[in-house]
This record gives sequence, structure tokens and C-alpha cells, in this order.
Amino acid sequence: MSKVTAADLISGTNGPGVAKKDPIIVADGVTRQFGGLKAVDVDHLEIPRNAITALIGPNGAGKTTLFNLLTGFDKPNTGTWSFDGTNLAGIPSFKAARSGMVRTFQLTKSLGRLTVLENVLLGASDQKGERFWASFIPGIWREQENANREKALELLARFKLDAKKDDYAASLSGGQRKLLEMARALMSDPQLVMLDEPMAGVNPALTQSLLDHVLGLKEDGMTVLFVEHDMHMVRHISDWVVVMAEGKVVAEDVPEDIMKNQAVVDAYLGSHHDTDLGSITGQIEMEEALQAELAEERADADTEAATDKEQS
Amino acid sequence: MEILNAFFSAFVDSSSAAFALAAIGLGVHFGYGGLLNFGQAGFMAMGAYGFSIWTAVVAPTENWGWHPIASFLSAIVVGIIAASIYAFILGLPTLKLRGDYLAIVTIAAAEIVRFSVRTTELTPITGGSQGMTGASIKTDIQEINPLPSGQYGFWVFEAGAYDTWVRIIGWSLVAVAVVLVWALFRSPWGRVVKGIREDEDAVRSLGKNVFSYKMQVLVLGGVLGGLGGIMYILPRALQPDFFATPTTFYLWTALLLGGAATVFGPVIGAILFWALLNGVRSIIGVAHEYGFFFGLSSTQAAQLSFVFVGIALMVLVVFRPQGIFGNKKELSFNV
Ligand SMILES: Nc1ncnc2c1ncn2[C@@H]1O[C@H](COP(=O)(O)OP(=O)(O)OP(=O)(O)O)[C@@H](O)[C@H]1O
Ligand SMILES: [Mg+2]
Repeated sequence: MSKVTAADLISGTNGPGVAKKDPIIVADGVTRQFGGLKAVDVDHLEIPRNAITALIGPNGAGKTTLFNLLTGFDKPNTGTWSFDGTNLAGIPSFKAARSGMVRTFQLTKSLGRLTVLENVLLGASDQKGERFWASFIPGIWREQENANREKALELLARFKLDAKKDDYAASLSGGQRKLLEMARALMSDPQLVMLDEPMAGVNPALTQSLLDHVLGLKEDGMTVLFVEHDMHMVRHISDWVVVMAEGKVVAEDVPEDIMKNQAVVDAYLGSHHDTDLGSITGQIEMEEALQAELAEERADADTEAATDKEQS
Repeated sequence: MEILNAFFSAFVDSSSAAFALAAIGLGVHFGYGGLLNFGQAGFMAMGAYGFSIWTAVVAPTENWGWHPIASFLSAIVVGIIAASIYAFILGLPTLKLRGDYLAIVTIAAAEIVRFSVRTTELTPITGGSQGMTGASIKTDIQEINPLPSGQYGFWVFEAGAYDTWVRIIGWSLVAVAVVLVWALFRSPWGRVVKGIREDEDAVRSLGKNVFSYKMQVLVLGGVLGGLGGIMYILPRALQPDFFATPTTFYLWTALLLGGAATVFGPVIGAILFWALLNGVRSIIGVAHEYGFFFGLSSTQAAQLSFVFVGIALMVLVVFRPQGIFGNKKELSFNV
């Protein structure tokens, strides 16, 4: 698996709102005002298709609000956006989901008094038995249900929840609920998954396996957009990083270079200019350590790819 | 004997069947769908008035020469349609809002319905505050009664041909409703509805049309309520004041007694509600005869039965909050 470079994704010179070669989401002039606060104020944003894009930014930058707007869970004051070429502005959330963009929530929404397996089965799309009259005739939906069940169990195994499949979702821990929500979102094979802090509270050992899973999704042609505060994870899996601050997109770049951008440093530290600069130096040191680590990883990945090729 | 009679007859009485139907409907709303309906009596009224107006005022047998079976069945269909339209109208503005709005609107609408049918101007159609006599609404159903006149059943369950016939219809409808609810809620449709009860937004994010499902649930439960209304008036007469708020709360009592998100809960709850109420009432009656409650008149004493049933309900809620059939585990989570 070779790392994507900036040139593969964007057309023209880089900057906030840069055009992508093959965008799956294109948003224009999207604003959302809460009282006097402009929580989202995005002039132009494109999300590249079949890539993993990270959306980062300080707390309150408007990331979750932007997610809500794009998926129809909130209504913007102004703006239009399209998904896969079709206009989605003003479309109700369930239709947005049906068109192939499925999201998860920062504050997990597990269906407590449904079992874990039922939660995941709900994610399946086009289940004929979900229609009122069809539900009376199991012949119509039984086969589909069995296939879904198999797929759901596979997903649950992947997310280490298979042992809990018959428990009520309300009995899961916080991290497990995050996992359940992700499994549920993936059940419909969406074109685009939008994950709002998917790894918050998830045990690091499992994080690794899930990151691999997300990378696998990309291989299968899926597009991923995720919000994350953990820069380590961002560097590890994303191809592209979009930075928001105070509602605006302030920078975009490949993960290797994003932290070198002055706008990003300002965004993260802007309000703390008077604080001890030691923490910033600390960040730079960490940055270098991460660079080294990343280079190593990439070398590993390349040799792996090489051996893969030899084998096939 | 009197007491036993009062207690056990509730197990076969058509009033229990009527309450069971309406409570099943309420269970569909609240237990499965999470919809707060505090006006199930309004849905019952729509069914009952639809049925009665069709039978007694439109009177297809008399006016158009319809066969009584056709007239009776069409009257039930009219009741169902009336309850559906009512559900639809109530749901349209409220189902997009938070749950409490539906609660307020249903409770208010039920009272609006009751006051509307009582108005003097509507007397030729609805019978006004008097309602309609049993004789005027029973024409078709009596006509199609296949049972020869005589007594049926045994012991305290004995009843005349007409009452037995109404019981058969009532409990058959309950059986159909139970099977219907069971089939629906083991299907993927039922899973979506239960998901909506837990968290609407989560279900929305999975591409389900939440509003449409909630509307289907409201109509389904409302139709069951309408059928309950029809069954309740058949053995007696159409009385507008039966469709007041207390009826709704009796139904809630029956539902919680049996267990909300269960198939048989509302049925057993409705039976037990009547059995306890009538049983306690008759015990109090006997006690009154022997000079207990000397300060009270017999009607006042009879009202005491509600107090005792209320106490019984409190005890139940404390010791078995999930109802008789409910699953304790479901309640043990703070969702
Ligand atoms: N419903 C709301 N009403 C009023 N203000 C809101 C509402 N939702 C969000 N906000 C405000 O909008 C701003 C952006 O919030 P948002 O949740 O999008 O931030 P975020 O980037 O997701 O932050 P975090 O990283 O902490 O999750 C915040 O200042 C928040 O207070
Ligand atoms: Mg957020």
C-alpha cells in the first residue's frame, strides 16, 4: 500500500478549500449560526473520494456541527453541498444516509434495549421486511435476514463484540459502544463513512486492529472522513487532513506537513500565546519523533507490499 | 358467590376484551414505539362513533338494503378508518417534535372529541350528550348472530346468546391483534420501531424514515384502540362520557400491570384490571351491607374500589415495575 501524495489528490496549488481531482463531497458557503456565534463558516470544501480524510481542529472548532450539517441532522443558515454529484442541501438525514453517506456520533447513540446483534442488523440497508405489510410474510425477508446476520456477526467479530452479541447494548462500556456504532454504520456498505471521534475511549490495542480495518475499507473503495484529536492516529491512517478553527477551514495538507503550517499552529495555540512556550517546543520534539516513526512504518509497509507482490 | 362472580366474569367478559384491544394498541404506541399517547380514549371514541354513526345514522341495511353482514363489517371498517384519520391528523404536526408534544396533543384531542360529539347541534348524528341507545347500534350484529337464543357457558361464565356472540367477536379480535403484534415485532419492521424508541437519531442515521415509522405505529395502535371502542359499546350503548380521560388511565394501568413491551401483557393486564376492580367493588358492597363504612352511601363505598386498585398498582410498581410479563433486565438499565 503506497502512501498517497498531495499531487494525487488535489488539482492546483494547495490552500484551504483547494479543489480535488475526484471529490465525493463539495460544499459551498455553508454557515451555521448559534446566536452570535458562527459555529461553521466554510467557503469551499472538497473531500477526496476513495481516500481517508481527517478533520481536525481545537475543541469547539465546528467539526461536529459541520458533520451534522452535511448529514442533514442540522440545517445551515446558508450554503449548498453535494454528495457524489447529487445535491444534498435540504435533504432529510435519512435520505442522505440512504444515498450512501453514513455517520457515527461523537456522543454514542447505541440502542440500549436492543441486543448488540439487533443494533448491527438495523444498519443493513434495503431490508424488505422493514416494510409494514412485508413484515408479516417471513418468506419475503428471511433469506435476506440470514445473510445480514452472517455479515453482522463477521463485523462484530472484527470489532471484538461477538461474545456480547445477545447482550443489551445498554450493558456495553463506553468504548464498546463506539465500536458498536462503527460496526452498525459499516453494515450498509456505505460509499462514505463519517466517523466523529471513533477512537475516543477505545483501547489502543484494539485501535490498531480497527485502523487496519479502516484502511481495508479504503482498499474496498470506500471513502472515510473522520474527526480525531489524536494526531498519532491522524498521521497513521489519513491521506489528507483538513483543519478547522472557529468554524473556518484554515488549512489542508497531507498529514506529514500539516503541523508545519503556520495557520494550524496558530489555530491550536492562538489563544494561548502567553502560555509557556515549553509546551510548543515539546510539540516540535514530538513531531520529530513521530516523523521518524512514520518513516520507519512506511519502510515496513513498502517491504510488506514488495513481499506481497512477490507472493502473488 | 357474588364476589367470585364479579372477579371471574372479567376473564370472559367482552369489556375485558375491549380493554385488552385498546391496551394492546397503547402497548404498540408506548411499549414498542416509545410514543406517549395519553388520549387512547379519543381513538376508542373515533372507532365507536364511526361504527355507531354508520350503523344507526347511515344505516345501510335500512336505507340501501345491504345485507346485515356487509353493513356490520363496513361499520367496523368505518371505525378503523375514522381512528386512522384521527391518528394521522394528530401525528402530522407532532411526530417530528419531541415526545412530550404528542402526549399533550393526544390528551387534549381526546377531550375535544368528547366535547364535540356531545354538542347539541350534532345530536341528530352523534346523539349529543345522551349518545345512542344500545338498540340502535345493535341492529346488524343481532341480525347476524348465529347462536340460537338461550344460555351459554357455565358457572359464573354463563351468558345469553347476544352477550356470548359479542364475547366471541371480541376475543377473536384480541386473538388476531395478539398474533398481529407478535408477527410485527419479531420482524425487521418491529426492530426499526424498537430502535426508534431507543434513539430516533441513531435510526435516522441508518437511513430509515423515522417519521413514517412513527406514523405507522400511531395509526396501528390507534386502530386497535378504535376496535376496543367498538367492542366496548356493543354490549351496552354509546355513552360519550365513557371516552373521558379516566378510561385512558385505566388502560395505562392495565398496560403497566401486564408489561408494556410484551405481547400478552396488555391482555392479562386488562383482564386483571377488571377482575380486581369488580372483585374489590363487590367485596366492598358485601362489607357495606354488613355495616362497614357506615358513614358512606353504597355508591361512595363502591368508589373506594378505585382506591384499593390504586394501592395494588403502587405495590406492583414497587415490587414488579416491569409488569407481570415484562423483562426485568430491560428495566434495569438507565437508558
Ligand atoms: N446546538 C447548539 N446550540 C448552541 N451552540 C452550539 C450548538 N452546537 C454547537 N454549538 C457551538 O458551536 C461550536 C462548535 O461546536 P462543535 O460541536 O461543532 O465543535 P467540535 O469542533 O466538534 O468540538 P469538539 O472537538 O470538542 O468535539 C461550539 O462553540 C459550540 O458551543
Ligand atoms: Mg465534536
